[in-house]
Parts: sequence; structure tokens; C-alpha cells
Amino acid sequence: MADASVQSSRSRDLDKLLLRPGNLVGPRFEPGPEMRDDLQTYARVLVVGAGGLGCELLKDLALSGFRNLEVIDMDRIEVTNLNRQFLFRLEDVGKPKAEVASKRVMERISGVNIVPHFCRIEDKDISFYNDFNIIALGLDSIEARSYINSVACSFLEYDSDNNPREETIKPMVDGGTEGFKGHARVIMPGITPCFECTIWLFPPQVKFPLCTLAETPRTAAHCIEYAHLIKWNEVHGGVAFDPDNPQHMKWVYDEAVKRAELFGIPGVTYSLTQGVVKNIIPAIASTNAIISAACALETLKIATECSKTLSNYLTYNGAEGLHTKVTEFERDKDCLVCGPGVLIEVDPSVTLQKFIDLLEEHPKLRLSRVSVTHRGKNLYMQAPPVLEEMTRSNLSLTLFELMGKLSKDVVNVNGTTTKNDQKISCLRKLSVVFKGIDGVTDMDTAGGA
Amino acid sequence: MAEPKVKYDRQLRIWGEQGQTALEKSSICLLNCGPTGSETLKNLVLGGVGSITVVDGSKIEEGDLGNNFMVDESSIGQSKAKCVCAFLQELNDAVKAKFIEEYPEELIETNPSFFSQFTLVVATQLVEDSMIKLDRICREANVMLILARSYGLTGFVRISLKEHAVIESKPEHFLDDLRLNNPWPELKSFAEGFDLNVQDPVVHKHIPYVIILVKMADEWAKSHGGALPSTREEKKEFKELIKARMVGQDEDNYKEAIEASFKVFAPKGISSDLQQIINDNCIEADSNSSDFWLLVAALKEFIAHEGGGETPLEGSIPDMTSSTEQYVNLQNIYQAKAEADFVAIERLVRSLLKKVGRDSNSIPKTMIKSFCKNARKLKVCRYRLIEDEFNSPNLPELQKYLTDEDYSTAVGIYILLRAVDRFAANYNSFPGQFDSAMDEDVPRLKSTAVGLLSDLGCNGATLAEDLINEMCRFGAAELHAVAALVGGIASQEIIKKLHYLGSSQLITRQFVPMSGTFIFNGIDHKSQLLSL
Repeated sequence: MADASVQSSRSRDLDKLLLRPGNLVGPRFEPGPEMRDDLQTYARVLVVGAGGLGCELLKDLALSGFRNLEVIDMDRIEVTNLNRQFLFRLEDVGKPKAEVASKRVMERISGVNIVPHFCRIEDKDISFYNDFNIIALGLDSIEARSYINSVACSFLEYDSDNNPREETIKPMVDGGTEGFKGHARVIMPGITPCFECTIWLFPPQVKFPLCTLAETPRTAAHCIEYAHLIKWNEVHGGVAFDPDNPQHMKWVYDEAVKRAELFGIPGVTYSLTQGVVKNIIPAIASTNAIISAACALETLKIATECSKTLSNYLTYNGAEGLHTKVTEFERDKDCLVCGPGVLIEVDPSVTLQKFIDLLEEHPKLRLSRVSVTHRGKNLYMQAPPVLEEMTRSNLSLTLFELMGKLSKDVVNVNGTTTKNDQKISCLRKLSVVFKGIDGVTDMDTAGGA
Repeated sequence: MAEPKVKYDRQLRIWGEQGQTALEKSSICLLNCGPTGSETLKNLVLGGVGSITVVDGSKIEEGDLGNNFMVDESSIGQSKAKCVCAFLQELNDAVKAKFIEEYPEELIETNPSFFSQFTLVVATQLVEDSMIKLDRICREANVMLILARSYGLTGFVRISLKEHAVIESKPEHFLDDLRLNNPWPELKSFAEGFDLNVQDPVVHKHIPYVIILVKMADEWAKSHGGALPSTREEKKEFKELIKARMVGQDEDNYKEAIEASFKVFAPKGISSDLQQIINDNCIEADSNSSDFWLLVAALKEFIAHEGGGETPLEGSIPDMTSSTEQYVNLQNIYQAKAEADFVAIERLVRSLLKKVGRDSNSIPKTMIKSFCKNARKLKVCRYRLIEDEFNSPNLPELQKYLTDEDYSTAVGIYILLRAVDRFAANYNSFPGQFDSAMDEDVPRLKSTAVGLLSDLGCNGATLAEDLINEMCRFGAAELHAVAALVGGIASQEIIKKLHYLGSSQLITRQFVPMSGTFIFNGIDHKSQLLSL
């Protein structure tokens, strides 16, 4: 409409949504300028990943009323990012993604502050993540999602009736894409399924049996994996294969070609070699835009309740026709990550060292290199060395004493476990109960009966 | 690798170099460069389309800074088209970017021939009247049109062109073309060279499952009067028979055979979708027939005669447990048959071309080959004129949507998105555009929507009050996240379209575009495709 003499405020469009009452909104939606101002002043969102989804998320959030954003990513910009990561230019190649992305968005949208973190997600203290109201995930790996999920769920506390305490819920929105397909989901730990509750949605990557590679190759990928996994070690014993080293990649390609010729198998190309060895996931701009926008919209809804929320998993498939579907997944009541915690019964005489040993043998946990915290206090830390030294003396004390002689309480442990033959970092919440200690609960029962 | 190739690596892995060439040859025109339009183009520029032309007559206001990433503070008061175009150019210098400072509505009225120079026109935020006019212009000029609109938490995307035939679609769960239910003589005689009772355990566990199934099916047919297993009991029995042939627990080839035994039970012949295509009235080959329909005519003949009721064989086999040697031999058997079928189809195509008075070599071999390989998966999408849909929608569908729980919100949005344009034509503003008129706009929009429904033939149909209220609340706002999502979908559909177009002489027609109207529901994300 050309005749619009509409108020020319920067939040012209967003104000319609935030300032006006609505019928299809959340129970705590309080429309008005305060809502908009609070969103700008107080809401803090962490974007995990500054890649295809992360770049879009930062832009979308910054244009959805959020002004306090932070972004964490350990990667540097590569040429292959430029077909979709629109905040980067050719001259940025080699620079940290988080830093360039933050700078570009701040240059264009005044009033927005974005703090970049150029590091691994595991490098940050757990408390870093607790500073945000919402965490938005733009990741391409299951391990990283799993880690952030376990961090967000570690803040979750349950009351005595095993209901989640609302103020401890750390909402997450998670997006993922592959080619023309993608998903967006909302995770409210304790209320909707966490990443681990529905881990079966992400089946592990299929690996070829070594005997097929060694004896009966039939496809180009078999020849490539033979060169990569078998021949490399035979010839370069001791030198680790580096997928980012072009000489290494070229060597694998040449070997794969030889093998393919030997067996009469067509189809080995340099591009396929890279794809197989690095497990490259094809990616295009449009899918990232769609999924990120869905995530940003849900982030805005979580922060303001200005509409209904996605409940709780959206899939998008544009490869053949266009299909979108919302599925309401259910929580896994026995989830080790978002549940009330794994129940561990121990004798009050057990020392912290003994307790840590128990976790290694525990059939559900199998945790090694364990660090233990209780109500924010470090009982034992594996790293950094200075903290290790400070907490080492606790190992010989009893856990009962260290936990303030409570009959039961929750401790958080951080360690590594093995999943699909891979070592991964994880956080677990443990509900520790001391055997034979009459706690407050028992006294209450006695008094009340 | 050269830099551009590296830059596009992640998308080349999806659509290959031919697909990329198709993008690079295209010229795209965008009408209105608010956030929906800008975000649509952004994704296309990143992917490397040939050229873009941004048409918008408006100047940048402060409000635009809040929803459009491609305008900035320093450009307030300047041409929006110019500013957006400059930002897009920054994203990819291989793209030719230009702008025209003019209102699309005026261009549609005064210079309809303007649009015929483009491969594709993407029109955003147009009202109904302009959409209808533009659609007629584009249909006439044979230019593809994509319409996209964001409106509060809702929006739509609609494609318009006469016909889109997909040769090389890549459906994910399409069955391998193994013909285990109907093996040809060479495959049968190749299978005869194997002995399922071979003593050597290493040989036994490397017989490809295809051979196991061909032999077992043959055995079954011999003892069942030529029939294959069809009842549940028979199928179960068949699997048990395969299992009984296993000599060790680790025989993956037998496990694969049991798992794939349903391929023996599958019905022979072509699918009903394909049947519909070969019965289409476009199939009467004449000099005006497109290459696609000439190929379909040849296919129809092949199925009736040489093919014995089947399409040409695809020729590829999936990976399976086998020795390398036998796997390669099996591959050769399938490829030889595919080649023979191709030769037969090619002969049919050449003679058809001659018959309709065209150069018999005017359809290249590569295209015929790709057609043969994908004959089972042909798809034809047709789109109604917007005007036809708007004036006389498919009434039974519309009525079904209105009462179907899964569709009622989406169809409500569809009706309301049209009602807001009628409203604007009557009252000179969109419902809820101004705070002061909110109270009277809700009942006005409601009666406009009810009036529209009755004009469409749905007398007495109503829409949810909550939704009408929300639509007024939205007040024609263009929210960035909604625009990015709607624009993202529009750009993805455009990419699929461009592959189609760029391939008119070549072979990569890879992706099936959406059909119908996509209604975006940003309230709870229960979006739907409506076929009206």
C-alpha cells in the first residue's frame, strides 16, 4: 500500500505481533511496549555454530527483536562455505567464523550486540551456558548436539514430586539440514523430549565391513575407504591421515583409482574421494534459510509467547515435491540426560575416589575421566591441572561429607564415554542416595503420620 | 580445482555440473524487494544464478531497517531496489545484478512485454489483482512464475507454468529395477551358472542375492504352475525356503536375499502413475509435440511391444554381498539389457521424429538414454492459471479442506490471505494495518471472508474466529523470520525449476517441484499444500 502513513518505527512490523493482544498465543503473553523493550534489553540468546545455519540464525534473531546475542564456533572460514554462509566473503577465508559473522551482522543492524567465541564448545565452563535464556543450535554433528543438550539438561532441577522446576528449564531450538531436507525442533528439558530421548532419530553412520574393503570391493566408495583406512596405514604407518592435507587426500585418491582399475570398478573421482573420506554433507542456501527461520521464529515465541509454539519437531523435505510435517515426540521417562537423574545408592563410607571408580563400572554410565560437582562446587576436576591439584585431596574424603551430610542430593558429573566406537564428552546428573541414613524426609513422615 | 568449482562444491554434490550450468544460464526477475523478495534472491545469488533484475519503486523507510537485512541506515530515503541490488551483488560477483526503480503494479499494467526476457519471474507481496494479470502475461510468454507472500505469521508460495515434466527425478525410496519378478532370458541363463548347493563355503556365501532370488523364484514357479508367491503364507514359506539353504550363520548374502524377497512378490508391469502419463492426451505425436511427449510416445510403444509390459531396464544394481568378479559380471548383465532396451527406444524415437517431420537426430542420444534410465519415475506437474483457481477452485477439495481437521487452519489462511486483498480493495488499507481501526476491522474481515467463501460456492462455510482475529492482529506485517522462511521455500522451488529449464536439451531434470499452493502456518507450523 503506497498510501501508508504508518508509524515509521524500526519495529514497525514486529510491533504488530508484540504490542497487540492475540487469541492464539501462549498463557504468559503480555503484549505492550514493555514486552518489546524487555526482549531487547534482557533476553540473551546463544547461537551454537556460525556456519550455514548459524549465519542465518544471527541475522534472523537480530531482526526479530533480540539484541543480546553470542555465538560460539571453533571453525575458520573455507571457500566451500561461500555458497550458503552469506555473511562471509572470499577475502574472509581463514578467519574465525564466529568473529566475522558477528561483525557483519552488527555492521548492518544497529543496536545489536553480538559476542563471538572462537573456541570449542567443550572449552567453556558449564556456567557459561547458564547465562543464556535460550540456546539456538546450528550444528552439523550429533556429538556436538548431544553435548550441548547434556549441558542444558544439567541445569534442570526437579522438585520433590519429580516435576521440573520451571526456572531451571533451559530451552533449546535445534536445526539441521542435509541437501533439500531439514528439521527444526524445540526442546524444553523436562517437558518435551531432549536430544537424547529421541537419539534414534539420528542413526549412526553406516561403516563398511573391513573384509569387504580388503577382499571384495564392489563400489567406488569401497576402493576409497580401502585406500583411506587400510592402505594408508600400511604405507605410512605412524603418520596420521589428515583429511585437510591436500597431499594426503591426493594420495588416497590415487590409490583408490589404482584399486578400482584392478577390480574393474567405475566411478572414483577426486570429489567423491573427499566426500567419502570427510563424510561431506551436501548443503544449499535455501534449506538453511528455511530451517534457521523456523528456529528463529520459535526462539521469538519462547521468549515472548506471542504465538503457539512448535510442538515439537518439524521436518521439511523439498527433494521431491514439498513435504512438511510436525511430529509430537514423547519424552523417554528413563532418559539419563533430562530425567531426574540416575539413581545411585552408596554407602556413606564411600570415598570420592571409590565413587568415581563406581561410575566407570556402572552399566548405564561407563564414564571415565570423571569430574564431579555438587551444587556448583567442584568436588573433583580432571582439568585444568591447577584445579585438579586443588581438588585432589577430596578424593580420599567421603562423598557423604563432601555433600554436606545430606541423605540424598543431586551431583553433576562430567566425563567421557564410548558410543559407536567413538569417545564422546558427556554430562550426567546423578541422584545420590546414602544407604542407612535417616534423612529429613523420614523424620517428616514420622512426625506427620 | 578452480575457485568457483570449490565454492559450489557442497551444492555440486547435489545437482552436479549440469545442474550448476542450468543455474548459471538463468535470468531472474524479482518484483518487490522487501524481506520476502530479498531473502528469496539471496539464496539464488549465493547458488550462482546467471543474472538478477530487482524491480521495486519504493524508497527505504526506517521501518524497513527492522525486517530487511539488505538495507541499512545510511540508505534511508534511497531506492530500495538499488540498495538491495548492491548488497546482493556483494554476495557473488559472478552474478549480473541490476535494478529497476519502478512499481511492479505499474510495470504489469504498462509494459507486459518486459517480462518475456526472463527465465523466471518471482513476484512477492503482490495483491490478487496484480497476481492474476502477471500470471496471464507470463503464461502467454511461456515464462515461469513463482508467487510468494509473507503476511504476519502466515504466507504462501505458488508456482505457475503450463507443465513441468520431470525425467530424472530422484525419489528416495524407489525400488531398484532388478526384475526379479520378471527376469529376462539372459539373467536367467546367467543364474543357471550358479549352484546354490556348492560345497565350498566361501563361494556359497558370495553368491549375489539377486542370483539366489532368481533361482529360488524359478524353483518355486516350477512347482506352482508358473506362479510366484502371492499370499501371505506363500511369501512366508518362500522366505523359509531361502533360509533353509543357508549353511552358516554369517551368510550375509542369504540374509540380504530374505530381506529383498519382496522384490520377487512385487507386481509385474508399470505403475499406475506411469500408466496415467502414457494415456495422457498430449501423447499424440505431431510436429508441435515437445521432446518429452515424443519420448513418452516412444515409451508407450516400447511397453506395448518390445518391453512386454515393462519399461526399459534402468541398468544399475545396488551394492550387495558378492565376490568382486561376480558382482561385475552381474552388473554387465544388467547393463547389456539396459543398452538393448535403449537401442530399441532410440529406434522408436528416431522414426517418430521422422514421422512428425522433424530431423530424426534432433533429440540427442544422451537425453534418450537418461529418459530410458528413468522411465519408471517420470512425473508431469501441471498448474492451473491463478485466475482459474481464484474464480473457480476445485470445490470438492475446498469443501474437504474446510472440514478436515488437518487442513482447516491452512485453508483458513488461504481464504483469509485472499480476503485481505478484497478488504484492501474496499477499505484502502489492510485489516489491522492501523491500530485505531482494529475493533471494526475484525468483523469487516469476517464478512469479507464469508462473502468470498460464498462466491466460491461454499455457502454457509465459516472460519475460526481466532484465526480471523489473528489475521487482523498481523496487520499486513512482514516479519523477517517469516519472510526468510517463505523466501527460502520460494528459492528452493525456483532452483528445482531452473534445473528443469536449463535441461531442455540435456539430461539433468532432477527434482520434482511442489504442486498446488503451499500455505505457511507460522502459528504452529502445521503448513499444508492445497490443490485447488
